[in-house]
Amino acid sequence: MFRHVARWLVSSLVMLFAITALTFVLASMAPGDAARAILSSESGSYTAQQYQQMRHALGIDQPLLVQYWHWLDGVAHGSLGTDLFSGQPVTQELNARLAPSLSLILGTVLVAGVAGVSLGIISALRGGVLGRAVDVISLLGFAIPSFWLALALAELLAVKIRAFPATGYTPLGASPAGWLRGITLPVLTLSAGAVAFTAKQTRDSMAEVMSREFIVMLRARGLSRRSVVLRHALRNAAIPVVTVLGLLLVALLGGTVLIEDVFAIPGLGQQAVTAAGSHDLPVIVGVAFYFTVIVVIANLLVDLSYRVLNPRVHGS
Amino acid sequence: MTAVSPPSAALSDQQAAPDAVHGGRGRALRDLARRPLALAAVGWLLLVVVSAASASVLAHGGPETEDLAHVLSGPGAAHWLGTDRLGRDVLSRLMFGGQVTLIGVAEALVVFAGLGVTLGLVAGFASGWPGRLIARVGDLVLALPAIIVLLMVLSVFPGNELATMIALGVISCPMLLRVVRGSTLALRGELYIKAARLSGLTGLRIVRRHVLPRLAGPVIVQLSLFAAAAVLIQGALSFLGLSTPETQGPSWGNMLGEASVVISQDPWLLVPTGCALALTVMALGLVGDAVRDVTAGRHLGPPQQRGARRAARPASCQKAMQPTGSLLSVQGLTVAFNGGHRDITVVRDVSFDLAPGEALGIVGESGCGKTVTARSLLGLLPAGGHVTAGSALFAGLDLAAASERDFSRIRGQMIALISQDPMSGLDPSFRVGSQLAEVIRCHSALTRGQARARAAELLGMVNLPEPQDTLSRYPHELSGGMAQRVSIALALAGSPRLLIADEPTTALDVTVQAEILVLLRELRERLGMAIILVTHDWGVLADLCDRAIVMYAGEVVEAASVAEIYASPRHPYTEGLLAANPHLAPVADMLPAIPGSVPPPSAWPDGCHFHPRCRYATKECASRSIPLTAPASGRLTRCIHPDKMAGAS
Repeated sequence: MFRHVARWLVSSLVMLFAITALTFVLASMAPGDAARAILSSESGSYTAQQYQQMRHALGIDQPLLVQYWHWLDGVAHGSLGTDLFSGQPVTQELNARLAPSLSLILGTVLVAGVAGVSLGIISALRGGVLGRAVDVISLLGFAIPSFWLALALAELLAVKIRAFPATGYTPLGASPAGWLRGITLPVLTLSAGAVAFTAKQTRDSMAEVMSREFIVMLRARGLSRRSVVLRHALRNAAIPVVTVLGLLLVALLGGTVLIEDVFAIPGLGQQAVTAAGSHDLPVIVGVAFYFTVIVVIANLLVDLSYRVLNPRVHGS
Repeated sequence: MTAVSPPSAALSDQQAAPDAVHGGRGRALRDLARRPLALAAVGWLLLVVVSAASASVLAHGGPETEDLAHVLSGPGAAHWLGTDRLGRDVLSRLMFGGQVTLIGVAEALVVFAGLGVTLGLVAGFASGWPGRLIARVGDLVLALPAIIVLLMVLSVFPGNELATMIALGVISCPMLLRVVRGSTLALRGELYIKAARLSGLTGLRIVRRHVLPRLAGPVIVQLSLFAAAAVLIQGALSFLGLSTPETQGPSWGNMLGEASVVISQDPWLLVPTGCALALTVMALGLVGDAVRDVTAGRHLGPPQQRGARRAARPASCQKAMQPTGSLLSVQGLTVAFNGGHRDITVVRDVSFDLAPGEALGIVGESGCGKTVTARSLLGLLPAGGHVTAGSALFAGLDLAAASERDFSRIRGQMIALISQDPMSGLDPSFRVGSQLAEVIRCHSALTRGQARARAAELLGMVNLPEPQDTLSRYPHELSGGMAQRVSIALALAGSPRLLIADEPTTALDVTVQAEILVLLRELRERLGMAIILVTHDWGVLADLCDRAIVMYAGEVVEAASVAEIYASPRHPYTEGLLAANPHLAPVADMLPAIPGSVPPPSAWPDGCHFHPRCRYATKECASRSIPLTAPASGRLTRCIHPDKMAGAS
């Protein structure tokens, strides 16, 4: 167990390292830079000298490798640098945006885990009307574009009926009810696809397990269908399903970028879009860092649940 | 190590029967064609392709032609799907927008499939660190938030659709890589791949013959999912105005962006484009599903249907009919599978009696219906299989017409089953002890602790040297011989009166085979348990059984005591089987002494099923169906020339 955690730690560090480095390279390839963006937002026109001074002040006149080294040095001291525009520490800015994003992501994983897995099992085991209905629901959830659904839901439930706020986010600490109302529409929007995806994968996994020889043998030994399905088939089908939930969480990091934009939720995704537009490198890399940490933790959870679910992993 | 057959030949009788499993590519296409939803999906995709390709010819006016007199007009005769806020024809814009979508998806798909499959295979087959490295890098790329990478790519190449789509393919391909690698690893571990390795197949041939066919299903599912995702992502980026902005002409995404501006005045505008997007995504998903279902083939269908079928059959039995003194009496048992429009009979008119404690062998080549016959007695036919006639009386109950509820009293505690591959018959996720205890407690009122003790006792009964150690093992930690002993212990847990042993030694090493046979004989004597042994090995048969029935192409062709059959076979097929090899080779595709092979159920000849391969055949053999007759007391043969046999006296 200790060795396992140590290995996870090492691979996580490698991952953080690789992804932030990659982000540095990609971001530096983008035309334009932060100095230009700041100067033109401040006064509109500026001299070449002002521009060079600004670049120097921001530290972006140095070679990329040096910039990355400084950044790493900062990380070692618990700092992700400062937002080039607001001058605030990046960690402080992103920490404030963590809760809204996590609310959306975890809310959606929860909905997908409960509704998607149940629908998937039902659809794998039942033919007939119920199975068909599940198929149709998951097909619709899968096919409807999230931004379209966001528009439709907002128009219907926020503008016409006014049941939920169309935009904005209320912190959980400020008002739990407000928080719930605020994240309902974005979570609903994200859940359509997530539930469909989870249901489909659960169904495939369940159907595959149900076709295996040991299921026939379990029935031959006289076990009830209930036990065969809920104890044995589900346990074996759970292994790929857990992977799917992990992948879903990663996919949702991307999904929130779009949905936070539509519903004006002040989360990490919205910050990423703004920062990408204004070449705010510390913020871009910071968001990538935060996202990677979330992914790494999700991976650890998936890995640990493998160990519980799949005995063949114990030994290796 | 015993030679292990390739997957196609390894299909036991029960699987060979429904020819949905067998089908070649033509069959798969026909199966596909029978699904109306899949056809509709293909139809929609074709419609999108054709209308996008011929947009400049078919479209009513150009996509940018403004008609300011008819702004936001709604659907009508002039503009079938209405106009947008500049009076541009929505249908025309949809058709031109389709081009953007299709080209983008094609670009992404090519990159995704090429990289994903290649890297997945390499990572799956390269053992050790190279495989792990590829998988790790893949995981790393997957961990990159796709949308952020795409945002950055778009800021390097503003509005560039090609760059975006290639990037999307690259960063998504680890999804496919994972699936391909996972399946490859699983396949690699499977017995037949190991065997193929040992028998000297090269890596590439293993990939082509064993891996790729099994991968086709999962890969197609991934491709369809990804294509669908690509349509959505492309739509989203264009909706945000990042790729293919309005200035570059219409795309489905930017049309929705336009529509969102006037959503309160004209919500209709959301409908046509939203539907086009959703239908395309849906169609891709449906096509993938259909292909997956057709290639993956069989899985246990809902049990209710099969129950209903069985119940619908007129019950031909009376409880009083069971001969006194017999444990099981099978009369005229006939089994069919739904083969598309009509049922295909795979086992016809099988009859036999079994006394308590007796051991009966069912002999024949693969595909003769032995396993189907055996499993029908437990109500465990594969999906689509059902008994269409006959009865099987056991303890006053007709197994041929029994319900699931009836079988729940039969399975395990009256009739137990052990199968050919003991390893795949055990649940890989539970320890031996827990699987045994569950079965024991299912058949008795023992407490957990008592069940545990009983489990150890059962393992002792099957001669496993260290029961406590075995109890705490997982199936993958057992050898083949140990696994078969465990599955025998599982079969004994309910103290059954009949054990059906379906090729119990085929997958085992020769020395282990002998041990298992000794064990079965010992258990039979000690417990007074009857045995039905399904086998194609005369040696195994002679070791264990008193009597045997020989099956060919779904029918019983001969029945007699084992000694009599050995001494003087009264059916040409039996004679051929014996002449071929007293210890039949495990893979009996072709018998040297008998030309030809067993016909599939859909191609049974008229008259005697064996006559095309029979050297004694006369005109009469083909002209009428041959009944079972008794050439001597206690013997039966389905041959009208029993005296022509060499051994006949």
